[in-house]
Amino acid sequence: MKAQYEIELIQRKARIMRKNIVLMLKTDKGHLGGSMSITDIVASLYFGVMNFDPKDPRKKDRDRFILSKGHSVLAQYAALIELGLMPADLLDTLKSLGSPLQGHPDMKLFPGIEANTGALGQGLSLANGIALAARLDREDFYIYVIVGDGELSEGQNWEAVMASAHYKLNHVIAFIDNNALQATGPIQRRFNTQPYLQKFLGFGWNAYEIDGHSVPEILQAVENAKMSTDKPTAIIAHTVKGKGVSFAENNPAFHHNNMTPEQYEQALKELM
Amino acid sequence: MKLGKAPRIAYGEELLELAKKNQDIVALDADLSKSTMTCLIEEHFPERFFEMSIAEQNMVATAAGMALKGKIPFVNSFAVFLTGRAFDQIRQSVAYPVTNVKLCGSSSGFSDFGDGATHQSIEDLALMRALPNMIVLSPVDEIETREMVKFMVAHKGPVYIRLDRNETPIILDQDYRFVLGEPTLIKPGTDVTIFGTGQMVSLSLNVRERLEKEGVSCEIVNIGTIKPMKRDAIIALAEKTGAVVTVEEHNVYGGLGSAIAETLMKTKVPIVPIGVKDRFGQSAKTYPELLVEYGLTEDAVCEAVKEVLAVK
Repeated sequence: MKAQYEIELIQRKARIMRKNIVLMLKTDKGHLGGSMSITDIVASLYFGVMNFDPKDPRKKDRDRFILSKGHSVLAQYAALIELGLMPADLLDTLKSLGSPLQGHPDMKLFPGIEANTGALGQGLSLANGIALAARLDREDFYIYVIVGDGELSEGQNWEAVMASAHYKLNHVIAFIDNNALQATGPIQRRFNTQPYLQKFLGFGWNAYEIDGHSVPEILQAVENAKMSTDKPTAIIAHTVKGKGVSFAENNPAFHHNNMTPEQYEQALKELM
Repeated sequence: MKLGKAPRIAYGEELLELAKKNQDIVALDADLSKSTMTCLIEEHFPERFFEMSIAEQNMVATAAGMALKGKIPFVNSFAVFLTGRAFDQIRQSVAYPVTNVKLCGSSSGFSDFGDGATHQSIEDLALMRALPNMIVLSPVDEIETREMVKFMVAHKGPVYIRLDRNETPIILDQDYRFVLGEPTLIKPGTDVTIFGTGQMVSLSLNVRERLEKEGVSCEIVNIGTIKPMKRDAIIALAEKTGAVVTVEEHNVYGGLGSAIAETLMKTKVPIVPIGVKDRFGQSAKTYPELLVEYGLTEDAVCEAVKEVLAVK
């Protein structure tokens, strides 16, 4: 277990990341809700879990992070900027022509990004490929993936889930960001992709359910996953879309919407 | 013309030879390894062969992941499934991020004549050609196939190769060396240039012999690289005779004919394309029957030559 001060550090980083997400977006349209729902997971990975050196982001034995739900990349940009990988003034260039802060991640432009994602459903396959190659090279780093709950309707995910189980890829650890909202409304009403736990268990994975905003639970789930010797692990993280900004929480409008200038000010105040 | 090995066989043999020397080569297949010939890799290097089963989308993106970790993945299926079923994965996880993935489309064109339209690929060149960062190869015989597989290993970045299922006549000399984008002059002529690819080059050579008797001199050029093309070389060849016919076992939209037409757009050289006229294929007992049904015949090419000469 991590010490209390380490947990508090991660929580502090998550708060800074949320503020930076708001600063990145300003009053422009963008994926606020899904970025906020994964922020505590991303903060825990970068500041508490992963073997990742911002001074050498291509280091051979680094743990990999693949954000399958690429539209939530604001959370990853916020973490990488906080790690000092890119200058903080880049925050102002999100989605500007020529900026490395693309609307969806581009590994060619931004160090620390491992793959180009955003066409949904591809992250688990990419992670499996990295894991299979690492096994050939006898390297034992971990690959962390975040998949959206809405994204689970993409059939390729289940092809990949079968492949990870078949190849016993115990170094693939996937978080399911279960914020229960897709772009057009509640997942259970729009297109139900549940139940998650039973599905992953049925496909031969380990699976746990956690509070995706509890840093201790996130860290403990990763510890559990690392005990696995022959199965990949799904961590079903119950999250709140828009977490941390009161008017955006559980509000499907903020899947991809803009804040008014008043909302922007309020959001910054709430994240102080 | 002496019949050589099927390009898919030559591909499998060459890949095995290269895999013996290069540890990073891995092969992925979608339950077709006995057709695509990656069964040879499975037999010799079982740990570097990955059965991904009948799930092409996952296969392509998994290969991209392997490439991110430094492997040289050769991804195999029938051309129609690989480029069609997994187009988005090829676009998003291979072409756009420029991962070092090699896409091998087997049983291309009508070469799987018996299985019908679902298994025949008449649009793979168009699909792959439309992707930025993608190299598109279409070998003429077993010699060019082997050369191209060597190139695919040496080149860092995405490559698509279309591979014929059946035996093809030997067109090139044993000492042929592949150069990306370069057209290969097969037989010289003065009246018209026939640009062909794959099986259609040997057909064009027969046309050349026939028309020679009628006093028409055809130059035969093999286009192994559908993309990128060496623009100046293509223009020089076209302007030398002043008339062009293109011949391909592919839809007339988006393949070799389109690529040549785009290259020659600013010239005054007339072009008549021969290809599949925007129809899906069907089953047939033999391959030549399909060629007749879809107008990929010596007669059709002779007509095309006469048509283009009339407007030259």
